[in-house]
Amino acid sequence: MSSLINIGYLVASVLFILGLKGLTHPRTAVRGNLLGAVGMLLAVLLTLTNQQIISYEWIILGLIIGGAIGAVSAIKIEMTSMPELVAVFNGFGGIASVLVAGAALLENTMGAEVPMMQLTIAIAASGLIGAVTFWGSLVAFGKLKGLIGDNAILFGGQQIINAVLAAAVLALSCWVVIDPASGVAFWLLVGVASVLGVLLVIPVGGADMPVVVALLNSYSGLAAAATGFVLSNNVLIITGSLVGASGLILTQIMCKAMNRSLTNVLFGVLAPVGDGGPTADEVYGGKVKSTSPEEVAILFETARRVCIIPGYGMAVSQAQHPVASLAALLESRGTKVEYGVHPVAGRMPGHMNVLLAEADVPYEALRDMDETNEDIDQVDVALVIGANDVVNPVARTDPNSAIAGMPIIDVDKAKTVVIIKRSLSPGFAGIPNPLFALDNSLMLFGDGKKAVLDMIAALKDN
Amino acid sequence: MEMFIMGLTIFVLAIFVGFEIITKIPPTLHTPLMSGSNAISGITVVGAVLSSGSQHTMTTTILGVLAVVFATINVVGGFMVTNRMLAMFKKKS
Repeated sequence: MSSLINIGYLVASVLFILGLKGLTHPRTAVRGNLLGAVGMLLAVLLTLTNQQIISYEWIILGLIIGGAIGAVSAIKIEMTSMPELVAVFNGFGGIASVLVAGAALLENTMGAEVPMMQLTIAIAASGLIGAVTFWGSLVAFGKLKGLIGDNAILFGGQQIINAVLAAAVLALSCWVVIDPASGVAFWLLVGVASVLGVLLVIPVGGADMPVVVALLNSYSGLAAAATGFVLSNNVLIITGSLVGASGLILTQIMCKAMNRSLTNVLFGVLAPVGDGGPTADEVYGGKVKSTSPEEVAILFETARRVCIIPGYGMAVSQAQHPVASLAALLESRGTKVEYGVHPVAGRMPGHMNVLLAEADVPYEALRDMDETNEDIDQVDVALVIGANDVVNPVARTDPNSAIAGMPIIDVDKAKTVVIIKRSLSPGFAGIPNPLFALDNSLMLFGDGKKAVLDMIAALKDN
Repeated sequence: MEMFIMGLTIFVLAIFVGFEIITKIPPTLHTPLMSGSNAISGITVVGAVLSSGSQHTMTTTILGVLAVVFATINVVGGFMVTNRMLAMFKKKS
């Protein structure tokens, strides 16, 4: 029987791998996700046939409560709040690992037998990673939702405190391994790891959130893999490592897209702003031209090709639907419209793409940074909505700037650039953006959604 | 110990499989990738079901049931929201 179950788990693992493979293209992605869900159902059903299980009431109660909460939140969530939801789900995966490890420790220390060392190591790892994931995710959730300050919170001695906590966590892990029968050690470990989880995410600023969400995703996978070692269960090990790898790759991609190292992001260190960098007045003084929705509409009338560059500001003002309507209107007039999406635009990897897909923008129109830059010089109007640092040409031109070397979308090379923005205030990097003062740039000051709606109205009037 | 080495082998190999597949996923789908991979990391539900059902002591049952609740939120919510997102990605009609 047990080998039959294990073969079933193997099938589930294969389904997970095929499911992830399906995600490599929008056409096969829905089916891929479904394959993953079938794999999960299979794994759960097989587990229910395990002979260790003597009572089902509690399991079923737990499945119903969890299923209901999960389903309701999945149906109700707004697409703009997706980063928060993913963060909190990550955390739940982490806490589940802690609880399972805690239960396994109790089960294995009840008898006279001393549990094997590899088991206690796995239990300690599972509790440690799970607790860091849970609390780190809760802080990320709070930051994304605006409950905790969005900014990097830094205080003196932070690194020293973290180092002390990390040492304490290691020492407690050793205690769990050496003396598993003392339950205190495990829960102390979980407690200290929780504090560490909070402190690791607290110093991270809002614009760095994509990195943290991706990293926590990776942790939740590693926590599941550690639980797999606790239970000697291959399906957990395989699945956990797949997710761990996935999160790690996304973390890497995000760091690269910001030209930051992971350590810099985690410790809230921005590249030092070069002394004597130009002030806002020097950059903008008398050179910024502001425009009106009507003028932009006239520009659009003669444009053959328009590229829209969305940023977090588009999500904040919920402008994705008007943006899509504007694009549809332009297309109906024979203008080619495409979207240039920077990898770190928004608060999680791929955030802008989901918002635009929600507004019925076909995925063929969503182009990544490299594709966009290839022929941006042939774009008649580049429309920047709520993005700033990711279109700052200083990254390319000034090696001393805070964002030097960060890959950007080269909108300054388009024939005309229209930037919708509330004011000339700097982005996360805190530096002025000479793009706004270029000869081919026009600023449209105001709220993103309103500005786009006004453009649509002006286009229809003409 | 053999069990452990076996597990470790599988762990390392699966990480390589993960790297190979995930690097091929286009940036457009990164958000659904995160929520979807997040859902499958809820596989911990398997362990949770075992802890809550084997009823060694009251404490292990309580820990197990809580774990089932959290992991199931992760699994059900994760797959459903991923499905909702992916359904929005459409071809040009």
